[in-house]
Formats: sequence, C-alpha cells, structure tokens
Amino acid sequence: MYFGLSEEQQSLQDNIKKYLEDNAPLENIKDVASGDTSKAEEIHKGLLELGISGLLVPEQFGGLELDMLFASVVAGVLGSGTAPVPYAGAYVMAPIALTLAGSESQKETWLPKIAGGEKVIGIGISEFVGAREDAAITFSNDSISGRSLFVIDGKGADAYILSNKAGELFLIDAKAKGISITDLITVDKTRPSIELKLENVKADILPGSENNKDIINKILDAGRLMLSADTVGASQVMLDKAVAYSLERKQFGRLIGSFQAVKHMCAEMAAELEPCHSMMWHAAHCYDHDPSQARLMACHTKAHVSEVGQQISKTATEVHGGMGFTDELGLHYWFKRIGLNRQLLGSPELIREEAAKIQNFDQSPPDKVGSKDVGNPLLV
Amino acid sequence: MDLEYGPEYDDFREEVKAFIKENEGINLVGKSLRSTERVNWQQKLIDHGYFARSTPKEYGGFGGEVDILKTRIIAEEFAKSPIPKPLGGQGIQMLVPTLLELGTEEQKQNYVKPTLRGEIIWCQGYSEPNSGSDLASLQTKGELDGDEWVINGQKIWTSTAKFAQMCFCLVRTEPEAPKHQGISYLLIPMDTPGIEIRPIMQMTGDADFNEVFFTDVRIPATNIVGKRGEGWKVANATLTHERGSLADPDVMMNRLYALIDLMKSETIDGQRVIDKPAFRDRLLRIQGKVLAQQANALRLLSSSINKGQDTTMARFITKLIGTELRHELEGLAIDAMGEIGTLYEDSPHLRDSGSWQMSYMYFLGLIIGGGTNQIQKNIISERALGMPKEPKVQGA
Repeated sequence: MYFGLSEEQQSLQDNIKKYLEDNAPLENIKDVASGDTSKAEEIHKGLLELGISGLLVPEQFGGLELDMLFASVVAGVLGSGTAPVPYAGAYVMAPIALTLAGSESQKETWLPKIAGGEKVIGIGISEFVGAREDAAITFSNDSISGRSLFVIDGKGADAYILSNKAGELFLIDAKAKGISITDLITVDKTRPSIELKLENVKADILPGSENNKDIINKILDAGRLMLSADTVGASQVMLDKAVAYSLERKQFGRLIGSFQAVKHMCAEMAAELEPCHSMMWHAAHCYDHDPSQARLMACHTKAHVSEVGQQISKTATEVHGGMGFTDELGLHYWFKRIGLNRQLLGSPELIREEAAKIQNFDQSPPDKVGSKDVGNPLLV
Repeated sequence: MDLEYGPEYDDFREEVKAFIKENEGINLVGKSLRSTERVNWQQKLIDHGYFARSTPKEYGGFGGEVDILKTRIIAEEFAKSPIPKPLGGQGIQMLVPTLLELGTEEQKQNYVKPTLRGEIIWCQGYSEPNSGSDLASLQTKGELDGDEWVINGQKIWTSTAKFAQMCFCLVRTEPEAPKHQGISYLLIPMDTPGIEIRPIMQMTGDADFNEVFFTDVRIPATNIVGKRGEGWKVANATLTHERGSLADPDVMMNRLYALIDLMKSETIDGQRVIDKPAFRDRLLRIQGKVLAQQANALRLLSSSINKGQDTTMARFITKLIGTELRHELEGLAIDAMGEIGTLYEDSPHLRDSGSWQMSYMYFLGLIIGGGTNQIQKNIISERALGMPKEPKVQGA
C-alpha cells in the first residue's frame, strides 16, 4: 500500500516546476497578460519539449500513455506557475476524446500531432454541463450550427471538439467555412477564452460518442480533475506567499506573522488545503483504477477544491494587506486563475447536484438505520 | 499509488470477518465496566490478536509484530459490525504506550496487563482551573516526604474519574525550575485518602468530567514515570496520540451514511428532506469535506508504513478539521429534523436515541478539549508553517 506520488511523478513535477521558475517568472506572465503573445508561445514551446502534450496519448500514436495522476501532477504545477499555455483541453480532454471515441482515421490524423506538439484542439462542452444564454449546437447532414461559449484552449487552436446537449462529440477544423471566432475577455489573462459561432460547418462525429454519454462524462471528469489540480497548485502558492510576506512585513514593531489573527488565517488556509492534495491524488487514482468511484470523486474534488481555493485566494490576499490588491505583487493572477477554474465545466453548486444524481439520491430509499447507540464516547 | 493491501491481508480480513460473525451474538449492553463478561471479552480479543496486538506477551498483550495494515483492517471490520468494540480510553490509549516506553519493569508488570483487560480504568489528571490551554503552568504540588509523595491541589476536566482506580497525573515537584522542567508524571491510586471527586454536569446532560481535589494525598515515591522534572516530556509522548484519535475518519464516514439515511427518511410536507435542494447541497458539501479527510487519512496511513513521506502538516490538522467537521455534520442532521431535532432524553418522536443532539454538543466539547482549536491553529502556524510565537508577556 502506498498513497502518494511515485518517483517518476515527482521528478516530472520537479522538472516542470524548474522550467517555469526559470522561464516563466511573474514579469513574463505580466507581459503575456498585457498582450505579448510571443512570451506565451516560448513558454508553450519549452513545455512541449518537456512532453506535456503526449502524456495521455497512447504509445502506438507516439505518446507516453501515462495515467491521470501524471496528468494532474502537471496541471498542478501549471497552476502554481499561472502558466499561460493550453493544457486541460488540448492535451488532456482532446486526446482522451479521440482515444475513447475517435475513428481509426481520426486517431491517426490527430493523436500523433498532439503528442508531437504540432496541433492544438480546443474543447467546447460548456453547453453540455449547463448552457448559458441560448448557446447550443445542433448536428445534421454532416454539419453543425449554433454557438459554443468558453471553448477551453480554443484560442489559436487548429481544430475544436464540441458537444451537443446529448453529449455527442464533433470534430471541426478551425479553418472550415462558416466559423466565426470572438475573443471573450475573462479576468484570467493567462488562459484566453473564445466563443464560436457556427453556420453549417462541416463536422465529423467522434463515432464512439454517438448515443453514449459515458464518453463525454469521462472527458468531463478528466477536465474537472485538471481544473482542480490547477486550483490546488495555485492555492498552495497563494498560501506560501502569504506566510512568506507575514515573515517580512513589520507593524507595531513586530512581524505581522507573529500576531495570532494572522497566524490563524494562515493555519486555517493550510488546514483546508492540505487534504485537497490527497483528495486530488485519490480522485486521479480512481479515474483510472476505480470506475465505481471515479465520477463521484471527480465531482466532489472539483466542488470541494473550488470552495477551498476561493477561500484561500481571498484570505491570502488579505494577509498581504494593501499590497495584495496591487499589480506589483501580482497575487491577482493566482486569484483570477482560481476564479476561472471554479466556473469552468460547472460551478460547485452545479457539480454537487450532479454528485447527488450519481448517487441516486433521487430514487433510492434509505439503506440502513442510523446508528442507534453511540456508547460512552470516552471509552469506546 | 497502490491502494491494495495485498493477498496476505485479504486473507487476514477474511479471518477477522469470520471471528466477527462467530461472535455476533455477544452483547455487553448493561454490563458494567470491569464486569467478568467485559474482562473476558477483552481477553478474547487479546488472545486473537485483535487488541493489544503488538504489546509483548509478558505484559499481557498478543505479542505480535507491529503491523499497521492489520490493525487498520481490524478497526475497519469492527466498525462495520454491532459486536462490542475493544475498550479504549485514556488508560489504554495514553498510559499503556507511555509505560511501555518509559515505565520501570515493576510498573509495566503491575499495570499494563490489568489495564488492557479492562480491570483497571484510568483517568488523566492534567488540566487545572487556571491551567487549561497553558497546561505547563499547572500548580498541583508534589513534595517528597521520606519515601512518599505528598500531593495537594486540584485537577479539572478529569473524565472517568468517578469509576477510575488509578490516575496518571502531572504534578509540580520542582517549584524552582522553569515551568516545563518542574513537572513530574505520577501514578495515583484513586482510593488513596485525601482525594475528593466532584462531577461537572455538562450541556449534554451527562457528567463525563469531574473536578478532583487532592488534600495531603500520600503515595509511594516509586509511583513516578520517568525522572523528577521530566513529566512534561513523558506526557507529550502521548498527547499527539490523543489529538489524532478525537476525529476518526472511519467513524466520520459511518456518521455520513447515517445522515444520508436520515435525510432520506425524514419528510417535510411529505417531501423527503434529501430532495430539498438547500438541504441537499449542504449534505453534498459535507460529503466533499469528509472525502477530503478520508484521503488525508489514507496519506497518513501510507506514511506510517512507507519511509520518507512528509506528513507533518497532514498530521497537525486532523484534530482541528475533524472535530469541526463532525460538529457541522451532526448539526445538519438536527436541521434536517427541524423541531424533531431538538427532542432529547426519552422524548416521544425521538430519532436514533437522541444521538445527533448528543454528538452535536459533545463535539463542541471536543473542539475545546484536547487542546482547543485555537491552540491547534497556533501549533499549525508555528510548527508546520514556521511562524513565530507571540512575544512572551513579562512575568507569565
């Protein structure tokens, strides 16, 4: 029995962390946020060399065929570095969609290019989770029409995988006729969002997804795990920064980190966050090895981690006082990243409702009678 | 990551299950502590290695190897069944490990076996009226007079004092020494003349705690564990254990299942509480927190059998998070029942023997006891996050 990261997982984590520390310091993130896309491309290129695009691609298509725990380790580090690169959509959800539901020719066309870092596929499935405004897409006669909001990793992508309300998945080329792309400007400038408007765009269904919601659920679970890991990574950095700042800043002749008011804020953050690391690992493990628990764990992890992340992003900013509010320290990059992760692929309330459905709370009668005897709690 | 225990352990689990099935009929409800039936049951558990598993045979244990996974399997299987659980309490959880590590041969011979068998119940004499969170400031005095300690002072929050035969007690024996170095760890028979016990009625309606007064209480000089002035160190060897045991995640999971069942059976205007979105969302939130705690516990279990996993933080937070979460969970059950949830004692319409109200209040006690949760936050920030202590006030 061993619960934790393997040596390989730790070394992957260390390599990517080191790369980001050396090549994506806060100044570079700020440049990216103010529109310097060349810096983002450089960081992306460096990370591709470290292999982030091929982690989940099967070996026969040139990938490493690793599991979800590896993928979430990487997502966690990208969150700690607020890395301005595609990942959850392009390198996790897209290869899983193609591997599970793609035709042989779709796999052969796309998977080696994803693994090789040549192609990026954006994922537009928000409407399956919960459509906002009147967004929706429909498929008929080999083409799709409609609107898709918040396509993950869609900016600059070569193709998109989109879903209809039934959870069926369609692949379209970004250059196909009838697509118009609008940039959506969210608070998080490290991961641009787009909206797609589609008018009779030529589309290929991923055949395995036809009348089969298991596929999109599996992709959703994976995406939610990546967003959770990103939030856990970002939250840990915010906590570490808060503690570090409290050990530098003096008021009333003392380090502010010696005041219990500040210490207790930090202790509460740490106490909430520490189990999230374990929960994340456990959920990623269940994704591959415990199908009966996988969906429930992914839902609960996304919801719980989002709540903890929100609390930490607020509290850590407060520990920094006025400086926490400035662009100078740049804490807000993590704050906003956590804020976007919380809403993507379902906010906590939506996901908890889904978790209730997974457990059949709607139909099922009580299984057991509540515990009848608590005994003497001092001696049992 | 590997969550399998392995085939050897699967066999062991079957063995434990078979034992439990064989003994399903045993019911000790109504049998008093130290009764023959309870002592025999304890002994049976020891003989099978389901209790005191790694305590040496010569001191009344099973004499097996330390095997954390087997211990874990035993706990898991016993938790699922209604058969009587092994006795716990402060004597078994805190005193026995302390004696095995730091006691004299004579102390081990005299006390370990009868404590494990449930023939001696212990109470813990630590807190005092003016020494709660600042325990090391305690003032109960012990003076050596020939070959006897003479003890004077008062303890408070002493659980089980009413039916305990012995007390392990922290006493100031070196008044000149700095506060942490002036304390000794003494073993006091509760029938010694000069001891007076006064129960403290608490909010649950029970009196689980007591005040204990010592007036010229004389005990043999040999009733000391460790050296004079080393009592703080001796006590700290086991305090960490108490903090961990206050919020068992297995028990938490069982309570969550019980809560889910309760919310499926309680109705408002004919609609099940679990189908009401506001209640349901609170339930799901709590379930998420329980799953996070369960994962944290898996990590702790793993670090106890695998070398090199740093779980400092994961350990320090369990008491804080676990007790708060149990209190929240029990509180939701009461809200789910509404007015019915306020019923208590032997009222008509009472659910689950009033265990939800009882635990709701009891866990407020645990949030305070065993080092208040504010003290826990100090510990987390100082020992795990490396933040400084509050500056000392002159003269304190």
